[in-house]
Amino acid sequence: MAFKFKSHSVLPGFGLTLGYTITYLSLIVLIPLAALFLKSASLPWERFWQAVTDPRVMASYRLTFGASFVAALINALLGFVVAWTLVRYRFPGRKFIDAIVDLPFALPTAVSGIALTAIFTRNGWLGQYLEPLGIKVAFTPLGITIALIFIGLPFVVRTLQPALEELDGELEEAAASLGASRWTTFHRVLVPTVMPALTTGFALAFARAVGEYGSVVFISGNMPMRTEITSLLIITKLEQYDFAGASALAVVMLLASFTILLAINVIQWHYSRRIRGAA
Amino acid sequence: MSTATNATLGGKARHQIRDPRWVQVLLIAVSMSFVGVLLLFPLMVVFIEAFRDGWSGYIASFEDPAAWQAIKLTLIAAGISVPLNLVFGLISAWAITKFDFPGKSLLISLIDLPFAISPVISGLIYVLMFGLQGWLGPWLKEHDIQIIFAVPGIVLATIFVTFPFVARELIPLMQEQGNEEEQAALSLGANGWQTFRRVTLPNIKWALLYGVILCNARAMGEFGAVAVVSGSIRGRTNTLPLHVEILYNEYNAVAAFTMASLLALLGLVTLAAKTYLEWRVKQQLRQTLVGPFET
Repeated sequence: MAFKFKSHSVLPGFGLTLGYTITYLSLIVLIPLAALFLKSASLPWERFWQAVTDPRVMASYRLTFGASFVAALINALLGFVVAWTLVRYRFPGRKFIDAIVDLPFALPTAVSGIALTAIFTRNGWLGQYLEPLGIKVAFTPLGITIALIFIGLPFVVRTLQPALEELDGELEEAAASLGASRWTTFHRVLVPTVMPALTTGFALAFARAVGEYGSVVFISGNMPMRTEITSLLIITKLEQYDFAGASALAVVMLLASFTILLAINVIQWHYSRRIRGAA
Repeated sequence: MSTATNATLGGKARHQIRDPRWVQVLLIAVSMSFVGVLLLFPLMVVFIEAFRDGWSGYIASFEDPAAWQAIKLTLIAAGISVPLNLVFGLISAWAITKFDFPGKSLLISLIDLPFAISPVISGLIYVLMFGLQGWLGPWLKEHDIQIIFAVPGIVLATIFVTFPFVARELIPLMQEQGNEEEQAALSLGANGWQTFRRVTLPNIKWALLYGVILCNARAMGEFGAVAVVSGSIRGRTNTLPLHVEILYNEYNAVAAFTMASLLALLGLVTLAAKTYLEWRVKQQLRQTLVGPFET
């Protein structure tokens, strides 16, 4: 046979299992995704461009990407503190906090959505104290950002934890014995070492936030031009039977999240090459 | 995920410099209050709001037949999608980890793809396939088959969003374990199915269960994707999360939080099972790597 596909493994079932894998993958994922790209391609270019750059759409991009960026940044900062305390310190309740960090993965988004809204509306649990101070959270970009911090936190903590655990204590010892202060050791030695994990966690939280829907729709209030995220705009277009417009927006969002994921891969490749180069 | 116990402090951490006490106290306070306010507080609010009218108010929310319809549909969607993705996870992990073939890493990335796609888009792609204006819409209408705004659409969207869960737990573990044990079984005369059942399956059971539990939690809790395909027909195409939304928008807060409390319980059970299984998976991996006789 000229085309030798599999290497000599004595285990049985190669053709059957690979065939099933590819068929199921195609039916559930690949063909429906292709349908999306085909649908958006049915629009002439000018109409496509118009659909994805309309002022209401542009406002939704600014909100979605802006709030996601801020939320991911806050997660990177506070997530670092959480991961650091979980890895470095021993305190009562540590195991509990460690387990509860995954709550946003386990809690359905609609539940966190209504709970956060109940907390932050004008007469809500915290809203009643914040409103008199002039801080409006529910139905503002601030509320959206809080919901996005909620769903993004585990991404940062879970990517950082293994990196912090792997930290080689000898580096710190060397830095200290050379006379570096604790703070210098921290920001010149520790932070650069875990930077790849931190940026990856940031990017994962950002990517997740950009596509988030369930935890945001309740707290956002969904006012066009002001608190309308792009995911919701896609649904609005669908409800108006503007299928091509909805697909055009979806394609833009898909390309955005693919770009973020590609960036993560580039970051990791870049750092792993640098580390190998140094060794 | 973290199993760092006091014992591990002897290893790499031996050389780590201890932070001053006030720094420790400050950072622990910051992370505890952050996790407390952001994660624990919303969770508590769900249960407090659900019991706002007491136990009788909580029970009363279950008298609505639409609530039971929603619970039933949620169980149906998870009951179909979880087994399908479980079978897919096993089969794809077998193909990927037991054989070498070109394009393997591309295949792994494609299996992970649904995680990179936002929930709303996950629903949208099925509307574009099977909706009235979709590619197969006219044919389906002719044959009187309804997928979108009906149960099949909800099931499909659920399968899509939970697609990678089992596979992505199994692939790294099975890669790590290699296939010497399977080869030994085969050379001793076992057939393929026996080898899989007696050798592979016991080696991966905890990771498999872990994947299934995460898959199930997402299947029962998915909101965005099913919202797009369901059409939210009350008492007919509502899953539990969609029913929560309807009740909430009708200002029926107690009923909404009662239904939400069921989902929150599911989340808590998932979290507990996840923590336990992570420990088991790590133990199993250590055991298969070290060998059963050296422990």
